[in-house]
Amino acid sequence: MTEFTSDVDSHPDSPGQDSDDAVGYYVPGEPIADTKAPGGPISERWNTRKFEARLVNPANRRKLSVIMVGTGLAGASAAATLGEAGYVVKSFCYQDSPRRAHSIAAQGGINAAKNYKEDGDSVHRLFYDTVKGGDYRSRESNVYRLAEVSTNIIDQCVAQGVPFAREYGGLLDNRSFGGVQVSRTFYARGQTGQQLLIGAYQALERQVNAGTVTTYTRHEMLELIVVDGKARGIIARDMVTGEIETHLADVVVLASGGYGNVFYLSTNAMGCNVTATWRAHRKGAYMANPCYTQIHPTCIPVSGTHQSKLTLMSESLRNDGRIWVPKNKADCTKDPRDIPEEDRDYYLERIYPSFGNLVPRDIASRQAKNMCDEGRGVGPEVEGVRRGVYLDFADAIGRLGRDAVEDKYGNLFDMYARITGEDPYQVPMRIYPAVHYVMGGLWVDYDLQSTIPGLFVTGEANFSDHGANRLGASALMQGLADGYFVLPHTIRDYLADGPFEAVDPSHPAVVEARRSVEDRIEHFMTVQGTRSVDSYHRELGNIMWEYCGMERTEDGLKKAIDLIRGLRDDFWRNVKVLGSAATLNQSLEKAGRVADFFELGELMCIDALNRRESCGGHFRGESQTEDGEALRHDDQFAYVAAWEFAMDEGLGAQKPVLHKEDLTYTAIEMKQRSYK
Amino acid sequence: MSHPPRPSGFRSGDTVACVATPTLIKGSRSTRSTIALKLLMAVTGLVFIGYVLLHMYGNLKVFAGQEAFDEYAHHLRTFGEPMLPYGGLLWTVRVVLLLSIVGHAYAAFALWARAGRARTQKYVVRKAVASTLSSKMMRWGGVALLLFVIFHLLHFTTQTVHPGGVTESPYERVVNSFAPEYWYLTVIYLLAMVALAMHLRHGVWSASQTLGLTNSAASRTRANLAGVFLAVVIAGGFALVPLSILLGLVD
Amino acid sequence: MTATAGTESDTTSDGMKLTLKIWRQANPETPGAMHTFHLEGVSPDMSFLEMLDVLNEQLNAEGEEPIAFDSDCREGICGMCGLMINGQAHGPEVTTTCQLHMRTFSDGDEITIEPWRADAFPVLKDLCVDRSSFDRIIQQGGYVSVNTGSAPEAHSIQVPKDAADRAFDVATCIGCGACVAACPNGSASLFMGAKITHLGELPQGQAERDARVVNMVGQHDHEGFGGCTNIGECTAACPKEIPLDVISQLNKDLRTAMRHGH
Repeated sequence: MTEFTSDVDSHPDSPGQDSDDAVGYYVPGEPIADTKAPGGPISERWNTRKFEARLVNPANRRKLSVIMVGTGLAGASAAATLGEAGYVVKSFCYQDSPRRAHSIAAQGGINAAKNYKEDGDSVHRLFYDTVKGGDYRSRESNVYRLAEVSTNIIDQCVAQGVPFAREYGGLLDNRSFGGVQVSRTFYARGQTGQQLLIGAYQALERQVNAGTVTTYTRHEMLELIVVDGKARGIIARDMVTGEIETHLADVVVLASGGYGNVFYLSTNAMGCNVTATWRAHRKGAYMANPCYTQIHPTCIPVSGTHQSKLTLMSESLRNDGRIWVPKNKADCTKDPRDIPEEDRDYYLERIYPSFGNLVPRDIASRQAKNMCDEGRGVGPEVEGVRRGVYLDFADAIGRLGRDAVEDKYGNLFDMYARITGEDPYQVPMRIYPAVHYVMGGLWVDYDLQSTIPGLFVTGEANFSDHGANRLGASALMQGLADGYFVLPHTIRDYLADGPFEAVDPSHPAVVEARRSVEDRIEHFMTVQGTRSVDSYHRELGNIMWEYCGMERTEDGLKKAIDLIRGLRDDFWRNVKVLGSAATLNQSLEKAGRVADFFELGELMCIDALNRRESCGGHFRGESQTEDGEALRHDDQFAYVAAWEFAMDEGLGAQKPVLHKEDLTYTAIEMKQRSYK
Repeated sequence: MSHPPRPSGFRSGDTVACVATPTLIKGSRSTRSTIALKLLMAVTGLVFIGYVLLHMYGNLKVFAGQEAFDEYAHHLRTFGEPMLPYGGLLWTVRVVLLLSIVGHAYAAFALWARAGRARTQKYVVRKAVASTLSSKMMRWGGVALLLFVIFHLLHFTTQTVHPGGVTESPYERVVNSFAPEYWYLTVIYLLAMVALAMHLRHGVWSASQTLGLTNSAASRTRANLAGVFLAVVIAGGFALVPLSILLGLVD
Repeated sequence: MTATAGTESDTTSDGMKLTLKIWRQANPETPGAMHTFHLEGVSPDMSFLEMLDVLNEQLNAEGEEPIAFDSDCREGICGMCGLMINGQAHGPEVTTTCQLHMRTFSDGDEITIEPWRADAFPVLKDLCVDRSSFDRIIQQGGYVSVNTGSAPEAHSIQVPKDAADRAFDVATCIGCGACVAACPNGSASLFMGAKITHLGELPQGQAERDARVVNMVGQHDHEGFGGCTNIGECTAACPKEIPLDVISQLNKDLRTAMRHGH
């Protein structure tokens, strides 16, 4: 293996000097570093760490307790595995069953470097693709480990009975996904996430039967308990009875997913929220790269302000569909079938002749926005703008025949028809980008431990593996890698210090955490203002989408920060939550989540403002090539921005502390990507 | 309803006996399940199907005349002699049928009661979309058939009810009973055959499903067709006799 | 797009007018009742749940507590939503409630909305029910016992494509409970049968096959679900179109287990 050294090593950043945009919005802090990843050849690091991480005597494990928040791929798999190992696990989810976590909605597949197709795939290639796809903003050691354990995931899931697609010979089938040149994606029709999650859920329920795991469904974590600097429990609300419960343990794991719902409209589930991670952030866990957001280009457009969520359609549609908008604004309201060929602008094919409609997600998304901003969008006008572009299968149907198109995409066409009421075999589909995944999350070291000892973070909730952009079919891989194969090894090094002294529920830190939760709820129940929680959430989402969405600028972000602060103040004074806190109260649940989204949104804007470069899912208008392509600045920004929560009392707002973790690449060379 | 008690949080270091869900049942037995009840119903149902097929076949002897019919009825009692005593086979069959009906009815009423307890708060509006009329009529139709069987025994076996007069000849009993002046008897028997047809139509399919014989779409179609076929053949075969007598084709 | 307040609705007065009869129940202990609401300006492009969102915004503005109903992914896969709409589980189309759109209804319609009704699914509030009985059925054996890390290489076991496909087809069950809601007997046989068939089709599921079916059925009965009478309302209501075959398979597996003395 050739080892490269990137040029950033010779130009270490000095805090605060390179990011002028955000001056005044944050405080420069000390650099931060991952101290857990061993040195040496990258391919040996994980083995070394597994060996160095201390063991816990099986007899001691039942004296050690773990709280797991979230039951998606990363949470259910870890809870099951830790239960199997013999630890006492409490598993929490806000849904009525662990099986409903939003991992279930992932369609495409899961990557693994099995190289079953003998097409040149390897652990190193998966590692390379993932780092490159992440636009060189992820941590090399973590990504290599991810690629390494990917193969174990497939073995584990097959043994659990996950019904992956198979070939006639009875062996597993693979497909190529997300623009890579090897076939390494394992899939179960368009429902891979569902099948993997059900596998993890079943493993979890098996441990419930075995008595090692207790599940707390319809429970929402509302605060983290930190005692003597260590995470020792959570405050949770029983969403049915309204009871505020204190749960103490030796270690807390957050596997609570991503925060895409800060945009109100996203492909996330209605309940996805940032509260668990944000409460931890407020208690001292650093939030890393919060502005890295993935926007998926092929979603069904918004049909009105009643819209509650967006639905994603598989990216595979771009393999045969052609994307266009009318050349003339006047044609935007016409029946698309009546617009002649010469009046159509197949803009991706025009701008990117070699990649055409298959350009990466972020480029396809941004160009769709550009077209609509020019006034050439199509579909219903929502708040004054038509936000949609055509995805046309007329050519494909002409070339392959309707039956072939139906074979390949029938279920997606049906889904589209059900939601829009239009027949995509007759009329071109309309698509528009939507927020899909967040690469940012709580900062963790190689052990997946946050800056609060005893607080571990897995899955989408952490930041570590996807850099500034996530490749298709790697979210499922990361969730299960963390839960089945990484965390169970790294957490034992922490637990080996146990048994720990029990925390008394009357400890001031516990009492304080509980009181703060009760105060917040009391506040929401007594404000009795005039506006619903949803209306605030929708307005926050509009601000985020407009100024911190596909294209961010200094002016826009500063404006957004002002708008968010104003709206947040109004929210606290004027929100209207009816009913009682002592019963199931969905408005109250949402109020708490939206309150945290306000603070997160502010931090996302500050992070985006600081990062005056374009990388992956983060596009700064000020940092582009002459052709309008994303331009990275490795000399200034090859670092992880880890934010420490801090309030500026005078300002009455956040003034976070920025800690930079330099990214160094020893096994890979940094390159600027090009899709022309 | 009562919530399962939730542990109120445990302290680290404690060896908590984690009772996952207090309502998880241990030591289940296959023979004590609802499916065992359904199997009992299916198997006893099959006994009845076999019996009514033979019974119908015997009834059709009416068309061969009084001598043949009465000889057949007598032969049922002497069947197997001298290995069996007089009426031995008949009593064996009666015992099997009695046990079957007890089992069938027990399973039916147990499941019926269970279904009632499974939904004590009814829907304000409910629209059935897949149920056949036969399936909806299973329970009350079954009760009707049970009452009919009692009546039938009182009528032809014990002759407690004897509209056409008491006679030693089974043939005469039949022909006298379905004579036009006792048209209401014919109506009762024909209605009972409608109930039997419906019970068989769903019962045959349902028994196939319960016995696990319908694991594909094709086999499900076959089981449904078998239900319709047996319903038509058996109930139709039975109905031929009173209808023919009523119309004067047999006298 | 400008950042405008989202309090006003885009629905215009020329949208649909609906009369909604909805079950309201304060908590598990208090008896509930049907309440009537009038809603105007419903767009045919709204999903059924978005229509309820609009109703809730209206109620909130009027000072009445919004109606509680469950939903999460709103794309038909998580299984969290589920309402009895005009007497049909998930409404008149074969899909989940969240994927039902208002264009299925007409201006002036009266729509009756009730929670799933089964004693094994107690109502928690309004239209929300507790389906944890499903989790407990799975806890009794709806899995393959394989500890993390102990799995053999994935290609060491071949699975015939037909078996893998059938396993997948029935594994698409989302656990929404529509089968129970639609069943005249309140039986969860389709839900159980789907899991029994999924794992029973695969070589990995064989070792525990007998114990699985006996324990799952035992829990099912213990939870108070009814027995199956093979009527087929469950499969007609199932948004994932799980076929009745799975109940036959369930029965067969139980019979086999009985023969094996379980």
